[in-house]
Amino acid sequence: MEGRSAGDVIFKIALTGAALSVPTLLGFLVFELWAGSRLAIAKYGLGFVTGTTWDPVAEDFGALPLIFGTLVSASIALAIAVPLSLGVAIYLTEFSPKWLRQPVAFLIELLAAIPSVVYGLWGIFVLVPVLKSTVFPFLRDTLGFLPFFQGPIYGNSMLAAGIILAIMVMPYIMSVSREVLNAVPASQREAAMGLGATRWEAAWTAVVPYARSGIIGAVILGLGRALGETMAVTMLIGNRNEIAASLFAPGYTMAAVIANEFSEATTDMHFAALTYVALVLFAVTVLVNAMARLLIWRVGRGKPSGGQGA
Amino acid sequence: MNRVVWRRWKSRIMVSLLIASVLVAVAPLILILGTLIIRGAGSINFDFFTRMPAPAGEAGGGVAHAIVGTLLMVGTAGLIGLPLGIGAGVFCSEFPRSKLATTARFVADVMNGTPSIVIGVVAWTLIVARQKHFSGFAGSAALAMIMIPMVLRTTEEMIKLVPHSLREAALALGYPRWRTSLSVMVRTCLPGIVTGSLLAIARVAGETAPLLFTALGSQFMGTNLRQPIAALPLTVFTYATGPYDDWHRIAWATALVLIMVVLCLSLIARLATRQRFHD
Amino acid sequence: MTEPPARIAAADLTAYYGTFAAVKNATIGFASNEVHALIGPSGCGKSTFLRTMNRMHEVVGGHVTGSVVLDGQDIYGSKVSLTQLRRRVGMVFQKPTPFPTMSIYQNVAAGLKVGERLSRNDRDARVERALQQAGLWEEVKDRLKASAVALSGGQQQRLCIARTIAPQPEVVLLDEPTASLDPMGTQRIEETLFGLKKDFTIIIVTHNMQQAARVSDTTSFFYIGQMIETGPTKQIFTNPADPQTEAYITGRFG
Repeated sequence: MEGRSAGDVIFKIALTGAALSVPTLLGFLVFELWAGSRLAIAKYGLGFVTGTTWDPVAEDFGALPLIFGTLVSASIALAIAVPLSLGVAIYLTEFSPKWLRQPVAFLIELLAAIPSVVYGLWGIFVLVPVLKSTVFPFLRDTLGFLPFFQGPIYGNSMLAAGIILAIMVMPYIMSVSREVLNAVPASQREAAMGLGATRWEAAWTAVVPYARSGIIGAVILGLGRALGETMAVTMLIGNRNEIAASLFAPGYTMAAVIANEFSEATTDMHFAALTYVALVLFAVTVLVNAMARLLIWRVGRGKPSGGQGA
Repeated sequence: MNRVVWRRWKSRIMVSLLIASVLVAVAPLILILGTLIIRGAGSINFDFFTRMPAPAGEAGGGVAHAIVGTLLMVGTAGLIGLPLGIGAGVFCSEFPRSKLATTARFVADVMNGTPSIVIGVVAWTLIVARQKHFSGFAGSAALAMIMIPMVLRTTEEMIKLVPHSLREAALALGYPRWRTSLSVMVRTCLPGIVTGSLLAIARVAGETAPLLFTALGSQFMGTNLRQPIAALPLTVFTYATGPYDDWHRIAWATALVLIMVVLCLSLIARLATRQRFHD
Repeated sequence: MTEPPARIAAADLTAYYGTFAAVKNATIGFASNEVHALIGPSGCGKSTFLRTMNRMHEVVGGHVTGSVVLDGQDIYGSKVSLTQLRRRVGMVFQKPTPFPTMSIYQNVAAGLKVGERLSRNDRDARVERALQQAGLWEEVKDRLKASAVALSGGQQQRLCIARTIAPQPEVVLLDEPTASLDPMGTQRIEETLFGLKKDFTIIIVTHNMQQAARVSDTTSFFYIGQMIETGPTKQIFTNPADPQTEAYITGRFG
């Protein structure tokens, strides 16, 4: 190996220290979450995630309504954001004039820079009043035969939270989808066009399937964001701990319960239960993100999306 | 209908739908920024930046305490987070195949995907629970934890853009490794690293969730990081969810200030990178 | 005919990438104040061989067996300082590599900063002399503070030569220095080399046989990792001893 100078040794020690800080932080994170929730883990075990009461006074805690709310609000977000962001991504990579690409992508990515609490503020005073007065009644009148759109209309609701989340995760899904679509070799397009496909057919049948696993990765990445998003959801979801079929009804999420109750908790068990919620949320987002990375990474390595029918 | 004609029409319809999705996607940005300006700008004056909040029910007052708090807390987070993040990023580019680099990169991805509220819980158990009181420093620590993995990734990406030939040229001149790294590799992509750091600062300046039970917020001017301290995003949250119209007015104005800070930082950062790497 | 004593010499040198030997058992001596050309088809190991002479081969993770002796000392010995070695054996690369954040002056002075301490006047003098030797002084003397990347490709390469010779190394290695240049730029570099051999021992890798014939005093031919033949350039090109050398210089392969 190289004969090292004192400068190189100091340099390497300093950098190693900085690099070590990263796994150390994760170690702290996992340990503190585990240690903080030990009381609740001992009392409830895995049954925590199926319990339906959340009663700080009686010290009885179960996270099912929170998990339900988290999943439902995130699903609404994806249902709205995925078609929109894919539409934008496909338009920008396949159809848009060149000069338009950067500005539009830039504007949408700016959405990612807006702080969550500002979305919450806008949601409370602009979005929710509009939803409550026009959009929700309209949905109830037209789609009221579905159980999701029945019952009394509240402003702060699962649907309101889902809509704001959709706006918030859109830039992430769009920019990653755009990257994977850009990575599709031009030969795919040309081959389809050569067979007489229209531009839309070329995009939809040749380009999108090729990038499929990367796009799924982008969507899952968006899901990860939606699951952990806190402030805007806390401000709009209504914070009621129950499982309701109607999307007009208020709900609660894992992140929101932590945000609302942590600074006011007084008993050790309450803290432990909230920390347990944080631990569950952390575990879920790690899994979701790992899956997303894996899928995006596969496209990045130039493999066409595997699987059947592509 | 003729099949070819139908296919051509279908293509046209789908492309119009795509264009519609672009319009729908851009609309929220315009709506949000528009409302912020309409509802917030009227309340912004000199007092707003220099005065303390007025008692509930009284008009006037400002958010000087939150501006000071955010500056102090984000500044401290930067002092901790930027050197560690940049250092770790340089490590990953200098020893790219080492075990530590692979681990740090992977862990950074995990932490970048971790909800900031979870980071807040950890900062609480690590610092607040041990010291038995809320503090601005605990808030800074939480923000630094968010910055480090972000800055690590951007730093490494930026150094990767520097051609390997420059490293060889410096080594061939007899530069020691540390000097090659700092005065050639890092120096060449310094604008990119500064950009990444600015983006990280912009991101944490708008963070609310990790401050809720660390810095807690405060109604008073405070410069002591060992005490609870105010911050702009916390002020927006408190005033937006409060019952008074006057509070809502302050929430809008504070949000406008916050977003101007955040957008200016990201705009500067993005424009700077574009110039450097896109031509 | 007696050989002049070698300034730098490789003995039984084998250079590996992992387990693959890119250069096998090469033994060549290079005399002072001459230009030596290394020729051969691409992939023959000539560039790898060149990079073992200042231990740049190790930067890309390779290793060597055998020895390279510079002024009687094995540069692969355990007490050798890499940074000092590379100050004595400078290198110019295929593509110009000016440091983009530095001015023309700073680029030339870059190697001086890590060497012996010089007064400002001495440093100015060294920079000027290096630029003159590299044939660039007249073109840049009025804009030494300008950015180095504003220069043309050929000027950038001469700047890199100036940067390499400013610390006054003993040996200068050039790895296909004109490969990315136009004919004008190539010609200027070749003219520069003539002047440089007064002060330095020069080893140049080139894939261009005419260039080797024009600029060098001795030539070594490499083929599939083997050093096939070394001798005076004239002899190699007019009367090669080895049939493979003859095949290459007459253009029958490569």
